[in-house]
Amino acid sequence: MYGDYGDKEAPTGNGTGKTSTNEWPLWEIFIRSKQGLDHKHVGSLHASDAQMAIENARDVYTRRQEGVSIWVVESKYIHASNPDEAESFYEPANDKVYRHPTFYDLPDELTHM
Amino acid sequence: MSVQDLEKIFQDKIEGEVRIEPKDWMPEKYRQTLIRQISQHAHSEIVGMLPEGNWISRAPSLKRKQILIAKVQDEAGHGLYLYSAAETLGISRDEMIEQLHSGKAKYSSIFNYPTITWADMGAIGWLVDGAAIMNQVPLTRASFGPYSRAMIRVCKEESFHQRQGFESLLVLSKGTEEQRTMVQDAIDRWWWPSLMMFGPHDTESTNSEASMKWKIKRFSNDELRQRFVDMIAEQVKLLDMTLPDLDLKWNEERKHYDFGPINWDEFWNVVNGNGPCNKQRLDARKKAWEEGEWVREAARVHAEKRTAKNKQQAAAA
Repeated sequence: MYGDYGDKEAPTGNGTGKTSTNEWPLWEIFIRSKQGLDHKHVGSLHASDAQMAIENARDVYTRRQEGVSIWVVESKYIHASNPDEAESFYEPANDKVYRHPTFYDLPDELTHM
Repeated sequence: MSVQDLEKIFQDKIEGEVRIEPKDWMPEKYRQTLIRQISQHAHSEIVGMLPEGNWISRAPSLKRKQILIAKVQDEAGHGLYLYSAAETLGISRDEMIEQLHSGKAKYSSIFNYPTITWADMGAIGWLVDGAAIMNQVPLTRASFGPYSRAMIRVCKEESFHQRQGFESLLVLSKGTEEQRTMVQDAIDRWWWPSLMMFGPHDTESTNSEASMKWKIKRFSNDELRQRFVDMIAEQVKLLDMTLPDLDLKWNEERKHYDFGPINWDEFWNVVNGNGPCNKQRLDARKKAWEEGEWVREAARVHAEKRTAKNKQQAAAA
């Protein structure tokens, strides 16, 4: 048990994944923390449309000057690689040490390289 | 792959401090435990806005009012980070709200106590947020990625909550006799409920073992409670106030403060719905949800209309 919730029942939440039709769509939020840097995923929120998603993201994720630009993408449009296939999917990079600068053994006298 | 194999891979990741992400395989009980813990944590942030919201209109100065509004707004944000983290496990937001309103999901019992004087705002920041931070800092390393990331965000913001609370009490403690009495009274009322925030003794705490094995939880309830007592017993001296516990005494051998027994009857009584404000808090949440229905509906219809209009314009062009 964590904290003082005090529930003695078995864990709850059927988490059937059913989304109530009444719910506003879910949006993924990306924030550029300062000019010159990438937008980075910070979290998600519900909003009825893109405009509201941007405004809510402003209120939720930039209350302390964390951002200068916001991207919002409706979550259903995000496509992701499959974690179950991660091993084989990224395997081709495993045996190509020659792609790294440290692979090359060079004399100490060689400078500026 | 068999379930045993999957469980072994899962546990190896946990042992190796590799975070679990939503689409990764996980034992059903792990998922359920997280849904329960994260959603109840989210509910606590949301219900936690009520006792403090009570004082926004009566804050003693514009400065204190601004601080309090900022803090309450933060709590709303914390609730949102946590609801989003829980949603990645496959439960919908509406389902969680439903569980809060039906009483199936609980929230932190501390918020079932009333906020009677202005000094309660300071005491909540210092003691209640202080205890929450003690609980939450280890959760920034929880094994489930979205929970851990949400907690990092929460902890960053929570530090201001505790500091503003202590500072507010510090100012009052240097004030009139009446103000000093108010501070001591607030500490007297919030001290024991704050200790209860760490939950039952380790020997009584169900589910703890699994949560430790899964690295959702990293320290036991009693360990964290002791750390909190050690910290506050020192800080209270700066306020020139006392904690309401005659057994509180530094133990040179243990290098910790000893403290008196906690009234667990009171704890279970509040958990089971008989605290001073249980009904009031839940009623306020339900009322806000019901009265907000037309807003949710209006925004939905507005969005639909706009989409239709855009399509029409695109077709005409």
